[in-house]
Amino acid sequence: MNPPVLEASDLVKRFPVRHGLTRRLVGHVTAVDGVSLCVEPGQTLGVVGESGCGKSTVARLLTRLVEPTSGTIRVAGRELTALDEVALRPVRRDLQMVFQDPFSSLNPRQTVQQILASPYLYQGLKPKEPVEELLERVGLRPEHAARYPHEFSGGQAQRVGIARALAPRPKLVVCDEPVSALDVSVQAQILNLLKDLQEEYGLAYVFIAHDLGVVRQISARVAVMYLGAIVETADRDTLFSHAAHPYTHALLSAVPLPDPDAERSRERITLRGDLPSPLHPPSGCPFRTRCPKAADRCAAERPALQAIATGHEVACHYPEPLSAERTS
Amino acid sequence: MTLLTVRGLSVDFLSGVRAVDGLDLELAAGRVLGVVGESGSGKSVTSLAVMGLLPPDARVTGEVRFDGRELNGVGQRTLRGLRGNRIAMIFQDPLSCLNPYYPVGFQVAEAYRAHRRAGRRAAHRVAVRMLERVGIPEPERRARAYPHEFSGGMRQRVMIAMALCLEPDLLIADEPTTALDVTVQAQILDLLRDLRERSGTAIMLITHDMGVVAGLADDVVVMYGGRAVERGTVRDVFYRPRETYTKGLLACVPRVDGPLPVRLPTLRTPVTAAGEASEVTV
Repeated sequence: MNPPVLEASDLVKRFPVRHGLTRRLVGHVTAVDGVSLCVEPGQTLGVVGESGCGKSTVARLLTRLVEPTSGTIRVAGRELTALDEVALRPVRRDLQMVFQDPFSSLNPRQTVQQILASPYLYQGLKPKEPVEELLERVGLRPEHAARYPHEFSGGQAQRVGIARALAPRPKLVVCDEPVSALDVSVQAQILNLLKDLQEEYGLAYVFIAHDLGVVRQISARVAVMYLGAIVETADRDTLFSHAAHPYTHALLSAVPLPDPDAERSRERITLRGDLPSPLHPPSGCPFRTRCPKAADRCAAERPALQAIATGHEVACHYPEPLSAERTS
Repeated sequence: MTLLTVRGLSVDFLSGVRAVDGLDLELAAGRVLGVVGESGSGKSVTSLAVMGLLPPDARVTGEVRFDGRELNGVGQRTLRGLRGNRIAMIFQDPLSCLNPYYPVGFQVAEAYRAHRRAGRRAAHRVAVRMLERVGIPEPERRARAYPHEFSGGMRQRVMIAMALCLEPDLLIADEPTTALDVTVQAQILDLLRDLRERSGTAIMLITHDMGVVAGLADDVVVMYGGRAVERGTVRDVFYRPRETYTKGLLACVPRVDGPLPVRLPTLRTPVTAAGEASEVTV
């Protein structure tokens, strides 16, 4: 087996919470609470969860746009957390990012030509290929190089963002909700493009999204996050057909199916209430306040992420039995 | 009985953009009409045109008949008598629709008092009862809380309580769950289903999400470029779509169930009066 292109272990990020005029420190919010991830070359790991679960903070930790409180990140075997800004720069060749909002992540005063040349400029590299070719790879035309971001539609601008990430020929691209600002038809095109590029360049992706359908379409493995922690991880088919964590079940059953008969006849697990505040997380299992299966043990003791089958880990005291037939 | 009839509705903006182009719609009392389309298809402009809420630089032509009465071209006074009272509307972003300075119970009561002769206390009781009905726990206490103290899902419940406190005949819901997380979306969709069964309010549900339409609508209109490209019962549109655009729109949604395509099918767009559909042909 190839060594993983990304290995993150026990990542923790606490943000200080300040109040009032004197910015008095009143506590900490734990946005990411002990997340470990592993991505193999050329593979896609999907990270899915609802707003506030810490998935975007994970993306920013992996690219070191945010400094982790503790934990380690290894990219292509190199330890990242100890590196300073200068030493980090060559690593960033291997590690690129695509953002959710294509317009706010492109400089409005630069042409596409300048935007796509900047990775080389900052890396001190000779361009690996002409900008025109790069544009063609992402489905744009060479003459687009002279245009500014505002002249593009959302889908086209996201293609520019992808081209920029691709320019230094990275091994890993962290995509933070790259298609959630796009219409479904455009979303389909961008997902297809990401898949094509993966095959062509052997890219690995960490693909962060809230849309389970999108994550299923693109990922080989999937990690489900809740309140800063991974609650379940498995290969795609196992997760979507034999989910073991009650939260994963609830998430899957909450997605409306574009099929009137199936959508109206299926049994739905509707979660009560809202996400608890990460400022005051519940004791024990973070999901217990909304969990239909919660018992006394869940309040007392936090379940650890444990393997229940090869490559299938769940953080739950009472996971669904694996033999159960599931109608998805 | 037909509650809302839209005939040949067109909306032109001074900039020269024709956002809606000769649209026909019909919505019977107590039914749910799903209006689906991608951004720029004219679905939101249509709902604003029905409510008479478009800015002055929009020219609205065509018929909008609500309960036998023509609404297009009538004065603001008449419209104000209907809005909230017989036609209510909820939007995508509940926070921008609530006044941050007033407790939510006060705002629901205010909506009630705008159309009914009721004292403050009576209106407050109505508000608390409505908040309870839309599933807000401890409604008596929460009625005194301010919008910022609520989560997104709870705020949307407040908006629904405000919209339904006068028992309108028609609720226009413009992307009511788009800003919400999927588990909260499921709660709000359950609530809308339940309210519709109990109160018989007709709903015009505007959304881009085919799944939301599949679960709630009786009839569906698919819009593109300001026109209805397909219409029919929800089963006809989902199981027997006639238009290539509808077929494409259904096929390109990545699903959590069923077979997994290696590549998602992409979409061919219909030709419209405006001519081009640059986004999709990139």
